Amino acid sequence: MTVPAEIKKLRVATTSLAGCFGCHMSFLDIDERLLELLHYIEFDRTPLTDIKHCGPCDIGLVEGGICNAENVHVLREFRKNCKMLVAIGACAVTGGLPAQRNHLDLADCLQEVYVTETSLGKGGIPNDPELPLPLDRVYPIQEVVKVDYFVPGCPPSADAIWKFLTDLLAGRTPRLGHGLISYD
Amino acid sequence: MFEQNGMALLEPILRRHAGDPTRLLQMLREVQEREGWVAPEAITQLADSLSLPRARVEGAAGFYSFLHTDRPCRYRILFSDNITDQMQGSGGLLDYLCGRLLVEKDHVSEDGLVQVKTTSCTGLCDQGPGLLVNGRAIAAITRERLDCIVDLILEQRPVAQWPAELFVIQDYIRREDILLGCGLKPGEALRAVIVNPQGPPLGVLEEIKASGLRGRGGAGFPTGLKWEACRNAKGERHYIVCNADEGEPGTFKDRVLLSRHADQVFEGMTLCAYTIGAAEGFLYLRGEYRFLLEPLEAVLARRRTQGLLGRNICGREDFDFDIQIHLGAGAYVCGEESALIESLEGKRGIPRNRPPYPVTHGYLQRPTTVNNVETFCAAALIALKGGDWYRAIGTPRSAGTKLLSISGDCARPGIYEYPFGITVRQILADCGAENTQAVQVSGPSGHCIDASEFDRRIAFEDLPSAGSFMIFDEGRDMFEVARSFVGFFAHESCGFCTPCRVGTSMLKGVMEKIATGHGTPYDLGEIDKLNRVLHQSAHCGLGQGACNPTLDTLKRFRPTYEKRLKSLEFEPAFDLDGALAQARRMTGRDDAGAHLGNEA
Amino acid sequence: MSDSQHFLLDGEEVPFTPGQTVMQAALSAGRYIPHLCYHPEFKPHGSCKVCTVKAGGRTAASCTLPAQSGLEVESATEEMNALRRTLVQMLFAEGNHFCPSCEKSGNCVLQALGYDLGVTNAGFRHLFPDRPVDASHPDLLLDFNRCILCELCVRASCEVDGKCVFSLSGRGIDKHLIVNNASGRLEDTDIALDDKAVAVCPVGVILKKRVGFALPIGQRRYDARPISAQALEDAPRPSTQGPCNACEDAP
Repeated sequence: MTVPAEIKKLRVATTSLAGCFGCHMSFLDIDERLLELLHYIEFDRTPLTDIKHCGPCDIGLVEGGICNAENVHVLREFRKNCKMLVAIGACAVTGGLPAQRNHLDLADCLQEVYVTETSLGKGGIPNDPELPLPLDRVYPIQEVVKVDYFVPGCPPSADAIWKFLTDLLAGRTPRLGHGLISYD
Repeated sequence: MFEQNGMALLEPILRRHAGDPTRLLQMLREVQEREGWVAPEAITQLADSLSLPRARVEGAAGFYSFLHTDRPCRYRILFSDNITDQMQGSGGLLDYLCGRLLVEKDHVSEDGLVQVKTTSCTGLCDQGPGLLVNGRAIAAITRERLDCIVDLILEQRPVAQWPAELFVIQDYIRREDILLGCGLKPGEALRAVIVNPQGPPLGVLEEIKASGLRGRGGAGFPTGLKWEACRNAKGERHYIVCNADEGEPGTFKDRVLLSRHADQVFEGMTLCAYTIGAAEGFLYLRGEYRFLLEPLEAVLARRRTQGLLGRNICGREDFDFDIQIHLGAGAYVCGEESALIESLEGKRGIPRNRPPYPVTHGYLQRPTTVNNVETFCAAALIALKGGDWYRAIGTPRSAGTKLLSISGDCARPGIYEYPFGITVRQILADCGAENTQAVQVSGPSGHCIDASEFDRRIAFEDLPSAGSFMIFDEGRDMFEVARSFVGFFAHESCGFCTPCRVGTSMLKGVMEKIATGHGTPYDLGEIDKLNRVLHQSAHCGLGQGACNPTLDTLKRFRPTYEKRLKSLEFEPAFDLDGALAQARRMTGRDDAGAHLGNEA
Repeated sequence: MSDSQHFLLDGEEVPFTPGQTVMQAALSAGRYIPHLCYHPEFKPHGSCKVCTVKAGGRTAASCTLPAQSGLEVESATEEMNALRRTLVQMLFAEGNHFCPSCEKSGNCVLQALGYDLGVTNAGFRHLFPDRPVDASHPDLLLDFNRCILCELCVRASCEVDGKCVFSLSGRGIDKHLIVNNASGRLEDTDIALDDKAVAVCPVGVILKKRVGFALPIGQRRYDARPISAQALEDAPRPSTQGPCNACEDAP
């Protein structure tokens, strides 16, 4: 990309909900292109800046599905503040690995882990108000808020993320195409 | 029970059906009737005896609603769940019965005594709510009648010994015309044709063609052309099938025709056999009309003794024809003619790819004429009275009369026979409907019309109808009507094609989301999208028609959807706070952080 | 050209021999129409509806639509591709398709179709059905979570293997694959490793054990080229003779 003399930078927020930060790692894998990207964007809330809450943004990148109450709060904060909300990676798009618990009953899971399996659960099922409560199942983020774009992949490759973001920044409807679109 | 005397049970069934795999569904149905379920051992033994892969037998048994493979149960009570039954209070009555029997809906009681659930329309809409107990129809359900049923179940009396008055089904014939009023005597039309020296069977075909008779099942294909194509089709044997799988919610005219005018139905089939050169015919009777089986068998037996069926019919040496009755087992899709043929062959009722059509590749891939009950009745009348006479009745493109099954909000529900061309307004006046908001013409897969359209006419050129005519007055909620129909299609989808299998379930989900107060304009968009996919790509009429209830009501009664929408913003389809309930219970927490509000 | 018959596919002439369907003729002529349950060795089935085209103004599954002279067929239109996208999304939402852990990933027809059609999400609520895994057989795994009900294994086992190991039961959204034994376990059937039914599964339901992720990413069937190119190489094949390119185990 050639850098125009003066542009208004787009504000970008990112977060990882019920995910593994793999998508963030893949984002960082765009390597030196990150510097180029910084001509066009500035970061708001993201694990990279350590800003705790999201302000008004242009783009919100959400990694991970929704597995607990805190995920819901963060996702809502993103939706409220981001003009374009993007689901990044298999977990945000489909529920992914965490959603593999969806065919199990949550109560059975808690019982098994914290009560039946005594070596793990000395204190019973944790009930500290500081801990977010788990939802009955893991939801893809588009089942909780309106999502504008999806970048599938576990994780999406750095090239896919780069292609997606450059399309978006240039005002083009993002298209990944063969080799970049992937579900695994 | 089955393990010990399985073969002893199966042997007479196998013998009765001559070990013929095409009779598989009939055998499964008889096992169900005798045992209260179809046990895995019965499936294995049937497969072995018929030399069929076991999985094929299991697959067939798993397709039909009235075959239960889960566990045995002495009394299975299925409440008819058409919108008209619901309007007559079926939901409350079902809850009442569950309460009296201390059972949970859908679940077989611990002791295997009873199960209460719902089933699609049982064709008792003019005397609802209806139910089936072990396949036997009971109409006009009230709490008093349910109390009686509860007593019979608790004293474990076999259904065969229940009081006969419980099983009385009325034939409410409100308006007769040429068909219902013709008084045709058994054999009258046949003799007129066969003894007539004018050179039948082509004579019959010419009369049928001249009459302009079109199929009464809804599609309206010219009957004469169908018979002619089948007659001309090459094949070692030709077959006649009478489609009495009257499953379209709100229709019950065939029930009345088969109760009152069975001779005329069989006469029409026999004339068709004479015309196309068939020796074998089938009446495919929907499982809900199980109670008609013995009376119909008796009519067939009498006709054989009268020389109207069997060998040398009416003394004609080269004319042999007989009819067997096949019972369905709870699958609406089998009303589609190619699915019906699959079911007749003992398989899952999946609509075939067409072409080829049944007239050339039907039952056992041989030429087959499939017609509706009413079509055969009309054909018998035409054979006697002539095509020109018939053609003079009705409208230019819709000759003759049409039987309508009228139900819903009116004073006099029942069967009405009208010449084609009758206006909806006139019908409403005749049956005593007041303050009518909408009419569902031809069932859920037909069309919903509102008061501005009541001058439209029942005719192929305007409002075609297979006979269902459900009336909704101004007190009814048309969103709930549509939701009921969407649920019906999801339940009855055969699952063969992707758009119908998944699409009808998704549509049901969206309607439930709106009904439970989570709907948004996005969901109305989702309905549009699903309607388009179903319409464009579903395999058969069921899937293509599955979008009609939402399409029609969104067009005519959109505010009934809109008033339910929660907000203009996106909303999840589920209750987020509810999704935390289990975790709250397990942790014992109820602090503010243990809840999720609605705020975005 | 005057003797041969042809129809128009997206404005271009496609020759056909009588008895061919639009799909068969198109593939023979090197023209791709997206498809899923169609397989060149089997009688067209017409259930997935991904191959739906507009012909003479009406929509129809091209795999079962008889080719006819003069027929005008539209396939590569945004309208048809949007429909196909939705159908593929429905299949993803219906089952449990967790690609990252699936050995079939990269060789999966459903996935490859999704890539080629630009499907980035399931579009509908995921049903997350509760489906079993049958690991009873010593050499084969059956993971019903990924079944798309295309019936290719049903057809292959009956028509080619002569065993009828698989069938379908249930109805509507509850329709499901079953195996030919009262135990419901694959180990109790007569399935064999070299059965056509094993090779023909387009998704990751019928898998050979101890194979795992045999090919690295980049060398899998649909890594190098999209399915629209791969499918043309696979088809057409003379029926049931020799190895089949359209099956994954093709040499």
